[in-house]
Amino acid sequence: MTGQNDHLVRFREVQKSYDGETLVVKNLNLDIARGEFLTLLGPSGSGKTTCLMMLAGFESATHGTIYLGDHPINNVPPHKRGIGMVFQNYALFPHMTVGENLSFPLEVRNISKADVQKKVERALEMVQLSGYQHRRPSQLSGGQQQRVALARALVFEPTLVLMDEPLGALDKQLREHMQYEIKHIHENLGVTVVYVTHDQSEALTMSNRIAVFNDGVIQQLDAPSDLYEKPENAFVAQFIGENNRLKGHVRDMNGSSCRVELDNGQGEVRALAVNVTGSGSPTTLSLRPERVAIDPVPGSLPNHFEAQVEELIYLGDHIRTRVNVCGTDQFIVKVPNAHGHASLKEGSTVTVGWEIDDCRALDA
Amino acid sequence: MTDAAITGVVPPANEPLTTADGRPLKSALARAERMRRVKAMLLVLPLLLFIGVSFLFPIALMLFRSVDNPLVADHMPRTVAALEAWDDRSELPDEAVYAALVADLAEAREDRTIGRLATRLNYETGGLRSTITRTGRRAARLEPPFKEALIDLNEDWANPETFATIKRLGNRLTDVQYLAAVDRRYDVNDNIVAQPEVRQIYVSNFIQTLWMSIIVTVACLVLGYPVAYLLSILPLRYSNVLMILVLLPFWTSLLVRTTSWIVLLQTEGIINDVLVWIGILSDDGRIQLIFNAEGTVIAMTQILLPFMILPLYSVMKTIPPSYTRAAMSLGANRYYAFWRVYAPNTLPGVGAGCLLVFILAIGYYITPALVGGQDGMMISNFIAYHMQRSLNWGLAAALGTILLLGVLILYWVYNKLVGIERLKLG
Repeated sequence: MTGQNDHLVRFREVQKSYDGETLVVKNLNLDIARGEFLTLLGPSGSGKTTCLMMLAGFESATHGTIYLGDHPINNVPPHKRGIGMVFQNYALFPHMTVGENLSFPLEVRNISKADVQKKVERALEMVQLSGYQHRRPSQLSGGQQQRVALARALVFEPTLVLMDEPLGALDKQLREHMQYEIKHIHENLGVTVVYVTHDQSEALTMSNRIAVFNDGVIQQLDAPSDLYEKPENAFVAQFIGENNRLKGHVRDMNGSSCRVELDNGQGEVRALAVNVTGSGSPTTLSLRPERVAIDPVPGSLPNHFEAQVEELIYLGDHIRTRVNVCGTDQFIVKVPNAHGHASLKEGSTVTVGWEIDDCRALDA
Repeated sequence: MTDAAITGVVPPANEPLTTADGRPLKSALARAERMRRVKAMLLVLPLLLFIGVSFLFPIALMLFRSVDNPLVADHMPRTVAALEAWDDRSELPDEAVYAALVADLAEAREDRTIGRLATRLNYETGGLRSTITRTGRRAARLEPPFKEALIDLNEDWANPETFATIKRLGNRLTDVQYLAAVDRRYDVNDNIVAQPEVRQIYVSNFIQTLWMSIIVTVACLVLGYPVAYLLSILPLRYSNVLMILVLLPFWTSLLVRTTSWIVLLQTEGIINDVLVWIGILSDDGRIQLIFNAEGTVIAMTQILLPFMILPLYSVMKTIPPSYTRAAMSLGANRYYAFWRVYAPNTLPGVGAGCLLVFILAIGYYITPALVGGQDGMMISNFIAYHMQRSLNWGLAAALGTILLLGVLILYWVYNKLVGIERLKLG
C-alpha cells in the first residue's frame, strides 16, 4: 500500500450497469490526488455523473472497487462516507433557514451548539453571505443559493467535496464569477474536489486535471492545457474547443511526423503522428482554427494550400473566417482583429498554412 | 437637461404618480383594466348565477329554518297575545288565556292547521300532540268558564309548563332548535337546562362523529402516505398502473362499494369465513365487523383513501430526490433524513389530505346509513332522519348549521396553523 497515500480516491476496474445489458461505465481506473481539483467532463450520458454518484454512495458499483483513503467504500452507506456534495439544483432544504441548513450536518455529528454557531458563521463568511443566517433559501437569488449550497457542503470540513454541475442553473456572467470563487475556495482550503460538468470552458477554468468521458470510458485524463493542445483522440479534439477535421490515410511515417493523403484526393498534409499505427491506417487530422495562418510567407510553413473565403463573421476580437480548402467548406480560421487582415473579402482566394506540430493525426 | 426631464415625470416620493396628462396613475390603471375585468366577470357569471340560485339560496333558506318559527305565532295569535301578561310561572294563567286558547284551537281545527300546530308543540314537550288535537276537537262545544272546562278535559292544561312552551314558541325567531341540537331545553321559568337523559343524543353523537372522522383521517394518512410515496418514486409505467388502482374506487358507485363491504364484513361474510377457515376464529366466535362503528370506519377509510393519496402524491411529486440525498451526504441516516427533510416538505399535502378527508368524513351519510347500524350513526344520519322521517326541519337545520360552523372553524384553525395558501389539492 506504499505510495498510495497521496491518492485520496481510487477507482479500480469499476463497471456500472443499470439494466444488466449495457455498461454505463466501462472498466474505470482513476486515481484522484489529495487536494486536487479534478473535473469529469463529457456529454450527457457519458457516465460522468454515474461515477460521481458511485463515489457519493447513491449508486452501487456493479463491479470493481472504490477506495477512499485506504479503505474500500463500496459497502459504506452515503451518510458514513463524510463526503460533501453540491447538487445540481442546490437541494437546499426549503423549510429551513440558511443557518439551519448549514448547521444540519453539524447537528447530525453531535457538535456542541457553540461550535455549530461558530462554524456556521465562518462558512457563511467564506462565501460572503454573513448576515444571511435567518433568511430562507427561497428569499435568496440563484447565486446566493449556490453559495449556501457550497458552504453547506464544506461546513463539516470534509476532505472530499463532490459537485454535480453546480453552476448549470446560473446565467453566464454569474457562472463565470462563481467559477473563480469555487477555484479560490478550493485553493484556500486545500480540499479535494471532484467536479462534474458538460461545459468545457468551466472545466478548463477551474481544474487541475480533467477526465474527458465518452461512452463510459475516460478518453483522456490530463491538465487543461495539455487537453487542449495535445488531444489524444478525435473525440477529445472535437469536444474540447473548436477544431477543423480532415479525414485521410497515413501514407508514410517519419519519426514523429507523418504524411497523410486526404480521402477526397485534395492533397497531402504533413502532420504530427499522435494516434496512428502506421502507414495505411485511417486518421482524422485535427487543427485548431487559431493555428492556421492566412497568406503566410511562401515556403515558411510545411503545409500550404489555396483557399476560397466563404464567409466572414465579425466577433470583435477576431474574425471567424470560413474557407473552402482541401475539399471541405467547413474549415474555420480565426483571424485576429489586428492590422493587416482587414483585406479579406468573401469570395476572394487566399493561401492558408500551418505547422506540422499543430496538425495532429488522430484516430479515425 | 436630464435633471429637468426626470423631475418633470417623477414627482417627489410622497406625491401619487400621475400619467402624462395629469390624471392619477391608479385611476388610469383601473380604467385601463376595467374592460378586461368586466369581460372576465361575464364569463363566470352564468356559473355564479347557477350556484347562487340552485345552491347558496336554498342553503341559506334551509339554515334560516333553524331559527324561523312562524307556526304558533300565526295560528294561535290570541293565545300568544293573552300570554304576554302572564309573568308568574308558578301560577296558571288566568281565564282570558284559556278563552283565547279555546278560540284559537277551534279556528285552527276549522282551518285544518291544528295537526301541524300539534306536531310543532309536541317536538318541545312530548305528549302535547294528543292534548292539542283532542282539545281542538271539543273546543267548539266548550262552555265558559274555559279554565275549569279545559283542566277537566286534559291534565296538561293544569301544568304551567304547557303555557310556558306555547309562550316561548310564540316568538317568531327562536333558539330552541339550537338548544335541542345540543341536548338543552328551557324549563318553565325559561332557564336553560339539560334534556332528560333519555333524550340526550345529539352531543354524544357530535362527539362520536368527530371521533370517527378523526380515526378515519388518521387511518387514511397512515395507509395513504406510503402509497403516495411509492406513486411519486416509481417509474412512470408502474406508477400509472398504481394510480389506476388508486382511482378505480373513484369510478365505482359509492353504493356498490359500500354494499360490497357488507358482503365482506358481515358475520357470515368473506373475512369472517376466511378467519374461521384458517382457524383464527372458532365458528361461534365470529366477530361483528359491520352494523357498528368499526364497520363504518373500515368502509369510510377505504372510500376516502383516494382523497388523501392524491394531494399527498401531488406534493411528493414536487419534492426532488436530491433533498434526501443531500441530507444523507451531509451525514443523516435514512430515518433522520426522512423526518427532518422529507416529511416536513410533505406537510402541505398532509394538511390538504387530512382537511379534505376530515371534512368529507364529518358529513358522511350513505356509508354510515348502510353499514353503521345503531352505534355507527353519524350526525348526518340524524339530520337525514329529521328531514325525512320526523319532518322536524328546524332541528335538522340547526344540526346542519352546527356542523357547518364546526367545519368552518376547523378550516380557520387549519389556516392559522398551516396556511391555506400552502394547501395543495392537485
